Amino acid sequence: MKFALFTGCVAKGATRELMVSTKKAAEGLGIEFIEMKSAACCGAGVISEQSPLLADALNARTVAIAEAQGLDLVTICSTCQGNLKKSECNIDSDPEYKEQINHILSEGGHQYLGGKSRIKHFANILATDEGMALLKEKIKRPLKGLKVAAFYGCYVLRPSGLSDFDDPDDPHGMEDIFAALGAEPIYYPSRVKCCGFPIIMMNKTASQDMSGNALLDAIESGADCVVTGCPLCHLSLDSYQPEIEKLKKKGHSIPILHLSQLVALALGYTPKELDMDHHIVSTLKIEEILARG
Amino acid sequence: MATFKIKRYNPEKQAEPYYEEFQYDIPAGSTVLDCMNEIKWNLDGSLTFRMSCRSAICGSCAVKVNGHATLACQKQAETMLKDDTIVLEPLGNMKPLKDLAVDFTPFWDKVNKVTPYLQPRSAPPAKERRQSPAEFKLIDDTSTCIMCGSCYSDCNVLEVDDNFLGPAALAKAQRFVGDSRDSKTLERVKQLSEYGGIWDCTHCGECVERCPKPAEPFYRIKEIMAVALEQGVHDNVGARHAISFVNSVKHSGSLNENKLPVESMGFFNIKGLLELVPVGLRMLLKRKVPPILHKSIENVQDVRRIFRKLNQ
Repeated sequence: MKFALFTGCVAKGATRELMVSTKKAAEGLGIEFIEMKSAACCGAGVISEQSPLLADALNARTVAIAEAQGLDLVTICSTCQGNLKKSECNIDSDPEYKEQINHILSEGGHQYLGGKSRIKHFANILATDEGMALLKEKIKRPLKGLKVAAFYGCYVLRPSGLSDFDDPDDPHGMEDIFAALGAEPIYYPSRVKCCGFPIIMMNKTASQDMSGNALLDAIESGADCVVTGCPLCHLSLDSYQPEIEKLKKKGHSIPILHLSQLVALALGYTPKELDMDHHIVSTLKIEEILARG
Repeated sequence: MATFKIKRYNPEKQAEPYYEEFQYDIPAGSTVLDCMNEIKWNLDGSLTFRMSCRSAICGSCAVKVNGHATLACQKQAETMLKDDTIVLEPLGNMKPLKDLAVDFTPFWDKVNKVTPYLQPRSAPPAKERRQSPAEFKLIDDTSTCIMCGSCYSDCNVLEVDDNFLGPAALAKAQRFVGDSRDSKTLERVKQLSEYGGIWDCTHCGECVERCPKPAEPFYRIKEIMAVALEQGVHDNVGARHAISFVNSVKHSGSLNENKLPVESMGFFNIKGLLELVPVGLRMLLKRKVPPILHKSIENVQDVRRIFRKLNQ
């Protein structure tokens, strides 16, 4: 399998462990990721607050680059995934708009064809028959005894028309991956909720109340860790967890992993190799559980 | 035979709500509302819910079906079955009154807060105030809102913050912010940019998912944001965040995470800046910080060209 990798900004910034672990996971699975080094930011739903046309033009350029490479495009961030898909939908549903977008791109030598490169989140590549077979073939260290709670990230689920999950209100793709890795998936209501990250600076209390509710739900459901497909959710749930604990007045803490880290752990990479020591919430508990395995 | 598991509540008889199950054989073609009516008429006349038109026009019959706000008359019951069961509960984020009926008072209070009527420039003309098709297109989607409360019920922000105006009121606000005949655009976007307004929306998309019409409040909220930015209403964290974000991508093609929080809070917002210190230090100690020197993407000139071409 070979894909054009759209890294997103955060995987190269505040969550560089996501980039490190994605490379390891791909290496361990034998998937080839060609990094899209000239692709611009997806806009994160923020550029479109100022100009939807600008956001769509930048995302069309990104898809056009993957199309020119003849590759499907893979994302490792729910927010990137949702925003690229939204632009694709806006453009594909309106031929005149598509023409306008291509006029903007043409001077840069790009042409958006549409439909040539599929936009897929890493989770959606793995949660296929082919992906599951690959996981089962390559696993070196089954994650036995580890209870894992998924936190999907809004943009891969809603609007459901743009989602790759069969039932975005009750998805099971991430949990299927956990089971294939030998872990025990934990189903809990908040797994499809918002982490509150987009308003962390505008309304900090509401944001942290949202992430706190999700974390408490995961903890009370018996999870040992939360795994997310979105680095923004990771920042919200991990980096702000000390404040969240204070706000919710509960003493629990729970490690937060990126999906790529969990996959790479099962492929035999060590927590150190996956930069798990860079997390705010200690991940030692996970190592202890796996050692007991 | 299907099971309808319905959340019952009658504060006059019992303080706590409970679930009651009804067995009902769903006739082909029945909507969820048809089934609710049959249960009320034939199995338990005390079951309470709102309904009227049965045609997705009046917006009365929204309830939670299997955990998510749904217009009961708009869904075929058979398609909602999960393990031969349909779970019915009252809408969220509002106080239940009896069974599936909730108190809409806060919902309407918030709609009233956005001045939900036209404030035109001049006295009424002899005939109607006319709009071009292009002008009407800007408010066409939001005009379809039937005030069913589905978006309000499932809004993730309202679950934790009653102060948020919420998706329905903000979609209603866009109906007038985007109206070519209205004269109070600037005043409106100034008010909507305050705490509890547009910038408190968390992008969860629940309102788009639950909306039974093309109103889709999240997209309407973003349309208000664009007007607020264009009108120069920049003196708030949300607007500064959007401006900083766009400038960063314009400059380097990617997001500068070191600059964004500081520029969003504002250089003179000491309290806001101090709030960033604990998390910043924590991340620094764990080496969980973006590179100090922010790198541009390859061929960033092409990205800058697109910004220039679109006058951004």
